[in-house]
Amino acid sequence: MAEKTVATTGEKKPATGREATRAQERYIQPPVDIYESPDGLVLLADLPGVGPGDLDVRLQDNILTIQAKAKHAIEGEPIYREFDLVNFFRQFELSDQVDQGKITARLNHGVLTLQLPKAEKAKPRQIQVQVEKAAA
Amino acid sequence: MATWDPFDGMETLRREIDRAFERVEPQQFPPIFRTAFLPGRAAREYPLVNIYEDGDTLHLEALAPGADPASFNISVAGDMLTLSGEKRRAAGEVKPEAFHREERAAGKFVRSIELPVEIDESKVKAEYRNGLLVLSLPKSEKAKPKQISVQVA
Repeated sequence: MAEKTVATTGEKKPATGREATRAQERYIQPPVDIYESPDGLVLLADLPGVGPGDLDVRLQDNILTIQAKAKHAIEGEPIYREFDLVNFFRQFELSDQVDQGKITARLNHGVLTLQLPKAEKAKPRQIQVQVEKAAA
Repeated sequence: MATWDPFDGMETLRREIDRAFERVEPQQFPPIFRTAFLPGRAAREYPLVNIYEDGDTLHLEALAPGADPASFNISVAGDMLTLSGEKRRAAGEVKPEAFHREERAAGKFVRSIELPVEIDESKVKAEYRNGLLVLSLPKSEKAKPKQISVQVA
């Protein structure tokens, strides 16, 4: 199933997923929170072990791709292991209601924050209602 | 001639089934599925840790993305290490109905880990790097390995 974050048109195209045959390394999908703010959408993704240089966020044909390489912080002889760090990969399909030129990304303490501002035309507009005076 | 005991037979069968699952599990679930990244949702220990050894120091790496660095509380007593902290929800003012997706867990956590050796509490160092909490835990004097020279007669 495609990851739809915002209202999209009805057409279904498989936006997500990597070609299995080409994937040399293992990838997992990072958990994300997506919520609406008055200005647009905010996406938070947990990317532990990812430094600023190992993160690749790109947007092409309305598809937002998050790709990252996680690295262990320590070198040494492992004596006890509970987790492995692998690469992250996740894609989302954006609608044209997002102003794609104004997307900003921030990486802080292993959490990626993407601000996806709403396009002007998608912002709600208040329409003034004129009340006509009833004829006397 | 031994008589057949149905209860004994059942016990043997149960043990065989247990053994069969033990053998299959590691192959069916490679490490990544056992350590999937959705922390805290299930009743599992959080944060997950890796421990490394480097001569006289143990290094510990804990998987805690997005935690509030000021909330970390690390204490060591002998060989018992206790980590606690808090991972805040996306933002306090976000209304629940504004969420389209909510997969990241949040909340307070505490975990105690028994280390293989005693630690010198006064020299413990901690650093929060890219969502990984990294601890440097020097072994205490009496836990350090001692070189014993062999005298040749």
